[in-house]
Amino acid sequence: MKGSRSWGKIILFSMIALFLLSWVIKSGLLSGSQSPISIRDAFFITLAAFLTLAILSFLYKDNPYYKFAEHLFVGVSAAYWMCVGFWSTFVGNFIPRVSSTLAGFFGVPFKEFNVFYLAPLILGIMLLMRLSSKAGWIARWPLSFIVGTTAGLNLIRYLRSDFVSQVSNTFVPLLVDWKGIGPFFSTFSLSASGQFALSLTNWVIFVGTFCGLVYFFFSKEHKGFYGGASRLGIWVLMVTFGASFGYTVMGRVSLLVGRLTFLFQDWLGMIS
Amino acid sequence: MKFKIWAVCCLAILGMISSGMAQENADTANRATTASISPPAPPGNLEPKDTPDDNGHSITLGWSLSPDDGAGNKSVLGYKIFRSTNRDTGFVERGVSPSGSKEYVDMGGAIPEENDYMPNDTDYYYKLRAVTSDSTVYSETGVIGPTQTTGEWFNRGRTLVLVFVLIFAMVTVFFIRKARSGAELFVRRLAGIEAVDEAIGRATEMGKPILYVLGLGTASDIATIASFSILGRVAKKIAEYQTGLIVPCYDAIVMTVAQETVRTAFLDAGRPDAYNEDMVYYVTSNQFGYVAAVNGTMLRQMPATNIYMGTFFAESLLLAETGALAGSVQIAGTDQVAQIPFFVVACDYTLIGEELYAASAYLSREPILLGSLKAQDYGKAAVIALSIIGIIAAQFNWTWLVELFKSAN
Repeated sequence: MKGSRSWGKIILFSMIALFLLSWVIKSGLLSGSQSPISIRDAFFITLAAFLTLAILSFLYKDNPYYKFAEHLFVGVSAAYWMCVGFWSTFVGNFIPRVSSTLAGFFGVPFKEFNVFYLAPLILGIMLLMRLSSKAGWIARWPLSFIVGTTAGLNLIRYLRSDFVSQVSNTFVPLLVDWKGIGPFFSTFSLSASGQFALSLTNWVIFVGTFCGLVYFFFSKEHKGFYGGASRLGIWVLMVTFGASFGYTVMGRVSLLVGRLTFLFQDWLGMIS
Repeated sequence: MKFKIWAVCCLAILGMISSGMAQENADTANRATTASISPPAPPGNLEPKDTPDDNGHSITLGWSLSPDDGAGNKSVLGYKIFRSTNRDTGFVERGVSPSGSKEYVDMGGAIPEENDYMPNDTDYYYKLRAVTSDSTVYSETGVIGPTQTTGEWFNRGRTLVLVFVLIFAMVTVFFIRKARSGAELFVRRLAGIEAVDEAIGRATEMGKPILYVLGLGTASDIATIASFSILGRVAKKIAEYQTGLIVPCYDAIVMTVAQETVRTAFLDAGRPDAYNEDMVYYVTSNQFGYVAAVNGTMLRQMPATNIYMGTFFAESLLLAETGALAGSVQIAGTDQVAQIPFFVVACDYTLIGEELYAASAYLSREPILLGSLKAQDYGKAAVIALSIIGIIAAQFNWTWLVELFKSAN
């Protein structure tokens, strides 16, 4: 136990020494040459690189460096979002519409008194009532309002975008003006093959939609016809998910490349 | 030698003179071309009208083409639209419409803070300019107006959506009443949800907590609302079994609702004393900061079961992979299509899309949720029926149905 603690101290001091060395080299103080990066910028680049490495050390296992980076990240981001919420929502949007005195105090231009802006104020105060043990029940009312109102609004949005729009996208002819069934093989042309491909695409859309919907039927046991259709439906879904998986992984790889570029280009200067 | 120099100089001078003359000739030709463009005939019947079925702040202009647009001397390249709030002065160009077009929608901003703010109930005057390749050669209509913008309460284009809402509401109310009257409404078995009870039992046996992640959605997201129902059920079981629960939250409002849900569940289970407010806590509203914190929790507290239900984005695989590394049983459910594949590969059970909504009804057996689920199934049957009708209509080129649906978008 004592040995591991001393090893921990050695690693910590080594990391601090490495950090300082990296900072000094990055800022050009060691070579005496005029570095294009200021001492402050060199510090932040080195810090960002060390924090990146600390987060990546999670791939090995949970360790004190990861914990430090995690707690720093969580603390800074929570404080940042609180400040953003206060200055953009409360000071930026609310105060300029309710009080010219407060607007003057915060140094934001007073716009126009708007009585509707008092509604979120009242709901916010009601929400804070949960801090009181006796009046905590009042906090349920604004929660109900938020959940109920937005659920109602979302119903219309989903009905338009998911229901009406997607239903209309299935309105496709299953036979696209294709007259080649009999003489098809003898008079095969690019036009005929194009029509065949389009017809096939439309069939896939129809069958895929039908079977996918059957899979999401909860009122029927998946047996017999429903069972077959739902099995085909889950195949369609899995093929779609596979394509989506590959596409998204490509995006993630580009994020990793971005991070490695930062380490090798901005920090180590190994890539010009 | 001298002769050669003289010859070169003479040729150079001649070349300069000839190139200068050529330039002059070209300029003359250009001027002639420019001068040959005569002002086109102006467009006619300019008619500005308030754009129907909107919230105002927009005027639709219609006109008949200039006789020189595509015909005559074919000199019209397009139409410039000018607007002013004064009949005589202050006209500002609002946009350009290409030749052959007969309509333009002049859309302004709806909020006073916007640069392009176009207040309703204000007089607007318009004039239209037919432009040519020469910016100095054009013709204009007279000033037309005033026209005012007004907002409408009802968008007639969305009548179809209203019809669907009413039908869906009626079917839902019908099934809720049926469920309340005691009728047995069948819901098929959902493997992912049946695993929840098993996973809670496993956590109790192992003496380890259950981690419940509500995702990155807000309290207004449908998936988060469904997740609250499942959390309530899970929390009730946890209260009965006296297992630990960890609910890290991304959003402050979600945390508040989750705390209320868990508190109520513990109360329903008859164990209000076992409820601890610190079970549900706020982490941060930064996506990857949240992931870092939850991942750390997974590896330090080693929960027996991780349940991910709600709206997830890029963090889905990061969370699920870490959970798999920690050896936890993982059950996930989301309606985010792009994230389902990650849960499918990294979790033991995954609720795909609508199964998440069905899960809350399946678990609670509440008449309201069961009735809604039945209505949704009928909605799906309606989609299949409409698709078949639409396919027949498309096959026989009956465009009315497609147009009807397009107008509702």
